[in-house]
Amino acid sequence: MNPRRKKRLTLFLSIAVLIGGAVSLMLYALTDSIDLFYTPSEIIEGKDGRKPQVGQRLRIGGMVVPGSVSRDSETLAVTFDLIDVGPKVSVQYTGILPDLFREGQGIVATGTLLDSRTIKAQEVLAKHDEEYMPPELAEKMKGIKHVKPDNAGN
Amino acid sequence: MVPEIGNISLTLALVVSILLAVYPLWGAYRQHDTLMATARPLAIGLFFFTLISFVCLVYAFVTDDFSLAYVAQHSNSRLPLHYKVTAVWGGHEGSFLLWVLMLSIWTVAVALFSRGIPHAMVSRVLSVLGMVSVGFYLFMLLTSNPFDSMLPFFPVDGRDLNPLLQDFGMIIHPPMLYMGYVGFSVAFAFAISALLSGQLDSTWARWSRPWVIAAWSFLSVGIALGSWWAYYELGWGGWWFWDPVENASFMPWLAGTALMHSLAVTEKRKAFKSWTVLLAIAAFSLSLLGTFLVRSGVIVSVHSFASDPTRGLFILGILVILSGFGLLLYALRASQLKSPGRYQAFSREVLLMGNNVLLCAATLVVLLGTLLPLVHKELGLGSISVGAPFFNQMFTWLVVPFVLFLGLGPLTRWKQQHVAALRNQLLLAFGLSISAAFLVSMSYSQPSYMAALGLTMAFWILITSIQEVLQRIGAMQDNDSMLRRLRKLTPSHWGMVLGHLGFAVTLIGISLVSNYEVERDVRMAPGETVSLGGYEFTFRDVVKHQGPNYDADIGIFDVFRNGEKVVHLEPEKRMYTVQRMPMTEAGIHSTLTRDLFIAMGEPLENGAWAVRIYIKPFVIWIWCGAAIMALGGACSISDRRYRMAKLARLKQTFSHPQTTTQTGEQS
Repeated sequence: MNPRRKKRLTLFLSIAVLIGGAVSLMLYALTDSIDLFYTPSEIIEGKDGRKPQVGQRLRIGGMVVPGSVSRDSETLAVTFDLIDVGPKVSVQYTGILPDLFREGQGIVATGTLLDSRTIKAQEVLAKHDEEYMPPELAEKMKGIKHVKPDNAGN
Repeated sequence: MVPEIGNISLTLALVVSILLAVYPLWGAYRQHDTLMATARPLAIGLFFFTLISFVCLVYAFVTDDFSLAYVAQHSNSRLPLHYKVTAVWGGHEGSFLLWVLMLSIWTVAVALFSRGIPHAMVSRVLSVLGMVSVGFYLFMLLTSNPFDSMLPFFPVDGRDLNPLLQDFGMIIHPPMLYMGYVGFSVAFAFAISALLSGQLDSTWARWSRPWVIAAWSFLSVGIALGSWWAYYELGWGGWWFWDPVENASFMPWLAGTALMHSLAVTEKRKAFKSWTVLLAIAAFSLSLLGTFLVRSGVIVSVHSFASDPTRGLFILGILVILSGFGLLLYALRASQLKSPGRYQAFSREVLLMGNNVLLCAATLVVLLGTLLPLVHKELGLGSISVGAPFFNQMFTWLVVPFVLFLGLGPLTRWKQQHVAALRNQLLLAFGLSISAAFLVSMSYSQPSYMAALGLTMAFWILITSIQEVLQRIGAMQDNDSMLRRLRKLTPSHWGMVLGHLGFAVTLIGISLVSNYEVERDVRMAPGETVSLGGYEFTFRDVVKHQGPNYDADIGIFDVFRNGEKVVHLEPEKRMYTVQRMPMTEAGIHSTLTRDLFIAMGEPLENGAWAVRIYIKPFVIWIWCGAAIMALGGACSISDRRYRMAKLARLKQTFSHPQTTTQTGEQS
């Protein structure tokens, strides 16, 4: 092998190693921060035949069950139930709920699964749009009861 | 009547853009002067018609013309006048009109300020901008025309502007951001024209440099304003969420930063030519990709535009055609892009290459994190979301070598640098920055490694920048005083120094606020006091208030430190009556070293409220840094060497065609 080729080969190999290293670092970082999305019935009944495991980080999207929101009288702890088309899942959260959090409203929460039907949420999101529903949920509930109001109404 | 004028002039603008896309380019191809001469008037016409159209829409908003669907959806007769004007870009259609207005401003600016650039080149650049415009005007007229009428049945009053947008931030954030976004089209146009003409020497790099710097400065300001706005308006005190739409604006910024540096190498050293062309295409494609992501509604984010699949498809079409065309042209011509510059392993070229590699890696990280959920879902693998920890971790890894190179780069010579010549200086800078960071960290009761790392990096940039300026004035061969020598440094050199220092300032803000912020969500009844981070927050009372289009509960707070009153804050919880939408207006007291942030959460039983109280050290530095960076950009552009007309005149008088008065300078 002539020196020039050798030089090129080393350059090529070192670039390949660098890129490989970078990609594997990236994937490693990704595994920690990907949150799978579930609806309440998917948490109870499983999604594609797999149920989420206790302690797993996940995202849940559902409608807040009217009348289920209960605040602790001394602290900011709150619990509420979420529902889509099947069974209910209860969510525990400590802190301030977003402005648009209301009963009957679609919300998304990120947290960990405490037991098969309880989630400890670190973050609760409600979109700044009254008609908002998490798209995953909207898909699931398509044609069931949610009718989007006419946009251009008066 | 007025809406019809707007509609007609928008159509005329489309016609003009088609002419602009065809004639000057044809003229440049045939070497036909008259055809080429149409470029400037056409560019001015494009701007003129777009402006009329825009003014008509503003007029419709100001006069509450609810016969226009767009006005009816985004305004209300009770909206204050200045918000009626900003409501023009409060929704998809109007903000797109603003977008094309910006595009026409850039086009006309290129037409007016490139007198020194050869005629054929300007014609080609304007033609390429015309082609870009054709796509966007067609898009507006076909899928999102703001002048669509609701006649004969129109509502009595409008649905009001989204309360989040009724804010000072809305007045300046979108124009700045769009100015930056669209500005990269100029870099794209220059690169494409260079490819088209086959004149692939480094002159195009010199011509497009000020434009790239200008677009980049606008984008920096736009992103920083968005971040500042989110911080005080959303009421959770965050300044960056890695939200897909933020990412969409961040990607062109990263690519643009890489482009800016790579253009410098191409201009000065005639190296990296083909890479620079590719970056120019990439930066603009990323702008388009961002537009696609935001407007098509394929990803979920706080910036909701009513989603419509045809719009998404249309923008995707524009993206594919423009970048595909650019890349095809690049593939055909790339073999001609020879970079004759030779350089050693330790030289400024290599350090700038490192800067580019890292910036591109950062762009890829953001791209991956933003698109992965989309791809994952389309592949049928289920919905996922990529959380902020991923981005934070990746950026922490990337920023360390980036800052190391950033400090070294300006100190290093082009072509070749002997390590020994710099060793003592670098060791000194390194030692100083570590000890300074250590001292500052020690002043906190709980030192954090990450904050210390961030501070070390910031001091490293600061110290190496000072060393670089000293090195530069030390090299001057005269006996002038220090001050005179400092003034001899060119504006573009100061631009670079300011840009780097701005980055250091932002870095300080980010590392201190991320590691030392104190936050507490707490239940408070009037009369109660909470102490946090050495401050006592007393909740005095809640009063009701009625605004023009909202009702509010105002919390009355007094903040004390060591018994002395610091400030009186009045955070609000508003309920906007038309859209039935609650909004949080935080009470913020900013100083250079910390922000006090109080936001009302929700009312609880017995008159108590859930209250957020944050103390955010140095948070304001994040945005100040961005402002300094943009100032650096402005400083660079003001440099005489970019005054093409003047240069051209100089060349004529000295009749010395290839004088490169810049070879001695470095920046």
